Amino acid sequence: MALRDITLGQYFPGHTIIHRLDPRTKLLCTVLYIVSLFLAGGAAGYAVLFLVLAACTAVAKIRPAALLRGMRPILFIIVLTAVLNMFYTPGTVLWQWKFLRLTQEGIWTAFFMVLRVSFLISSTFLLTYTTSPLVLTDGLERLLSPLKRLHVPVHELTMIMSIALRFIPTLIEETDKIMSAQKARGADFDSGNLFQKAKALVPLLVPLFISAFRRADELAVAMECRCYHGGEGRTRLRQLRFQGADAAALVLFCALAVGVWALGRLGL
Amino acid sequence: MERIIETQNLRFSYVSAEGVSPVVLDGVNLEITAGSFVAVLGHNGSGKSTLAKHMNAILLPTGGRVYVDGTDTAEEERLLDIRRTVGMVFQNPDNQIVASVVEEDVAFAPENLGIPPEEIRRRVDDALKAVGMYEYREHAPHLLSGGQKQRVAIAGVLAMAPRCIVLDEPTAMLDPVGRREVLETIKTLNRTSGVTVVLITHHMDEAAQADRLVVMSRGRVVADGPPKRVFTNVEALKSVGLTVPETVELCWELRQEGLDLPLDALSDEECAQALFRLLTEEGDAR
Repeated sequence: MALRDITLGQYFPGHTIIHRLDPRTKLLCTVLYIVSLFLAGGAAGYAVLFLVLAACTAVAKIRPAALLRGMRPILFIIVLTAVLNMFYTPGTVLWQWKFLRLTQEGIWTAFFMVLRVSFLISSTFLLTYTTSPLVLTDGLERLLSPLKRLHVPVHELTMIMSIALRFIPTLIEETDKIMSAQKARGADFDSGNLFQKAKALVPLLVPLFISAFRRADELAVAMECRCYHGGEGRTRLRQLRFQGADAAALVLFCALAVGVWALGRLGL
Repeated sequence: MERIIETQNLRFSYVSAEGVSPVVLDGVNLEITAGSFVAVLGHNGSGKSTLAKHMNAILLPTGGRVYVDGTDTAEEERLLDIRRTVGMVFQNPDNQIVASVVEEDVAFAPENLGIPPEEIRRRVDDALKAVGMYEYREHAPHLLSGGQKQRVAIAGVLAMAPRCIVLDEPTAMLDPVGRREVLETIKTLNRTSGVTVVLITHHMDEAAQADRLVVMSRGRVVADGPPKRVFTNVEALKSVGLTVPETVELCWELRQEGLDLPLDALSDEECAQALFRLLTEEGDAR
């Protein structure tokens, strides 16, 4: 079942140095990595970026298969962009059939595009795999806290995010259950064209939404019972503290961005 | 004896859209002694869950008063004090777990109370040990069994260091193993830590394990006393739509047939002993 493949927001607990980094560091490093991805111009740049990703995955003891599994739901988008790039980039024509024109530049662009998208996805997955959602949102809240001055409800937004992440597996389980129940009564989710498939989802979504609202209501009461009263005066189990490793990681990723940019300028 | 919760002529009715307000609680007077283990029994719609929600100011009475540790629950500025004194555990463990890691979830309440981090750490560890889930502190809650999740939920409430825990049908969604786990946890907490326990349930066998049993029907308390005494009143329980534990039911049926059996045999052993005694006495008489 494809639903099980959704690994968004999943967290694999661990004690590696990457797990222990401050979430703010990890967030910033991920942003720097993504910026580097867009600065990379040639094979050398991508090779460096791949090595960094592979090294982080190895240090965090995350199985590469887990990263690949995370990529499966967006495989279609990756293939589509690759194909479009191959045929719509002007340049040296290698092969032509009617209006389809395969160019050498197109193949390179498509190749780098695939790398860029998969590295981007993998790096963000690596972030969520190694950081528990609550710690991650905590880090995000601290990073965004200057926005509180502008009356942006930072605490509320990050709380919403962490609860959403927490309920992804619960709701997936529930969807599975409802689907089985509907299938047992003869519902057909797999055949027909796209329109028919979408229509078949309606009897799935209605009970799912109703139950989600009920859950939300119960959760709100349970949170109130545990003295939740907004972000004011809250303390944290884990205090966030920048350490030596955090500084080192940030310096490394800044260097990575600059290095990849320089390589790009050199046309590598 | 110190009273932790007291309701005085508590009345409650929901205000519905049509303006008709069905009465859910109709004058409940209840005093719960600190350190006791009270079960509240009633069938669906008897008002037992509504009563529970009044015990930590989730609902406020539409008539009468509720006092928690001497504080009127209607006093809005004391809300946090009331809620940290009386913790509440609900039916569905999935819908009360906030965080994606067990220990972070247990830390949620002390974090809200603004407790310093070292103290939170200590409370989280103590609470998880008290419910026997310390080894699972770094697990993801959705991978635990129902009984384990519910114990995490109990730990989440314990971390507030409440004097009383109200559990609203905590075993209703659990399998027999999970039910036993949760019930054992509750009993241990009551016995060893002296936490007052109010267990809302519709399982006779769970209710039978409490020190005191309160039976509710149509928003009123219809019986109140030690389980052994309440359950002997089989006819009264049946008249409000409740059954009695199977052991009592058996003895009661046999009594109807003219056999001399006590009605206070709540456990299987007690029942077996009573039957054994009856049989051997009959044998002796012959």
